[in-house]
Amino acid sequence: MYNPFSLKGKTILVTGASSGIGAATAVECSKMGANVIVTGRNEERLKKTFDHLDISFGANHLMIIADLADETSVNSLVEQTGILDGVVNNAGVNRVKPVTFIKQDDFDYVFQSNAWAAVNLTRSLCRKKKLRKNSSIVFTSSVSAFFNAPGRALYAGSKAALTAFMRSFAVELSDKGIRANAVHPGLVETKLIAENLTEEELQNNLKEYPLNRFGKPEDVAWAIIYLLSDASAWVTGTSMIVDGGFMLK
Amino acid sequence: MKSLEEFVVLFAEQFDDTDASEITAATVFHDLDEWSSIIGLTLIAMVDEEFGVALKGDDVKTSVTVEDLYNKVLAYLK
Ligand SMILES: NC(=O)c1ccc[n+]([C@@H]2O[C@H](COP(=O)([O-])OP(=O)(O)OC[C@H]3O[C@@H](n4cnc5c(N)ncnc54)[C@H](OP(=O)(O)O)[C@@H]3O)[C@@H](O)[C@H]2O)c1
Repeated sequence: MYNPFSLKGKTILVTGASSGIGAATAVECSKMGANVIVTGRNEERLKKTFDHLDISFGANHLMIIADLADETSVNSLVEQTGILDGVVNNAGVNRVKPVTFIKQDDFDYVFQSNAWAAVNLTRSLCRKKKLRKNSSIVFTSSVSAFFNAPGRALYAGSKAALTAFMRSFAVELSDKGIRANAVHPGLVETKLIAENLTEEELQNNLKEYPLNRFGKPEDVAWAIIYLLSDASAWVTGTSMIVDGGFMLK
Repeated sequence: MKSLEEFVVLFAEQFDDTDASEITAATVFHDLDEWSSIIGLTLIAMVDEEFGVALKGDDVKTSVTVEDLYNKVLAYLK
């Protein structure tokens, strides 16, 4: 069947696959025919994602526990992956603080987790020649890279930094035919928002969403799949907003 | 461990236009003119810094007086 969006035969590494958007992306990629390598820190939750991966295409999925904040762990992850057609740099954290209370260790924690971890993994994969010619790198940024709200400085700053790095990868890897792009989700129903927002804040936030609902992890996964597939062969360095119309306001 | 009196002082420091004398343990802080969700965030950050306690947005929302909030901080420390 004609399908330029298919991932059949591609091997895709997904970080943050033990939860939320990463878990949905891994499962949806497997349904699109990919061999998926899932990675995360929490073994129990990662195993759950792994068990949900579609195996009907005879795919050979792999699960690797790794802490992206730990250099030894990253090296071992890079060692274990074969040659890749796609990477989804999706792992991320949040820490809500007013700017006047931010300390160096808050800054280090959020920028390390959201920006450096993805840059370091991608850099290492390139250096070890794990990315095939014409492969695709996708970063999960956020609408916060373009927009701010009280207490979100660390998150917004780290996602803006990540987005700038994405464009640098796009420029510097273009002669290998490797593409780099970002998705920028608005509020998606995952544990990340359950832990950071009160019920009242959620109700108020909903009014900002023209399509009148928050995202499902799959809404973001499908945008990521487009950027991983050959359908986006002429798309690099771009930021794709997936937000139910939030940025229209 | 900081006393209620010390907590009240720290609490009042987060306000600019509200005189510290207006803030006591019994103050219904959501009714203060200067009250805002940003001050709510600032209080959470202050408690984190001074007490090492991570309050939730709901803890601030459901506290009526300054003393209520202090008691929530104590409850986390138990
Ligand atoms: N949810 C939203 O509304 C929203 C909106 C915009 C952007 N995003 C972005 O989307 C991405 C996924 O978010 P989510 O909502 O799905 O969050 P989530 O449910 O909290 O999942 C976060 C994932 O990141 C992983 N992770 C964090 N630090 C890690 C580290 N040091 N090493 C390895 N893995 C690490 C976690 O792994 P373990 O659980 O195994 O530790 C988990 O799988 C994040 O980059 C987030 O910033 C989310």
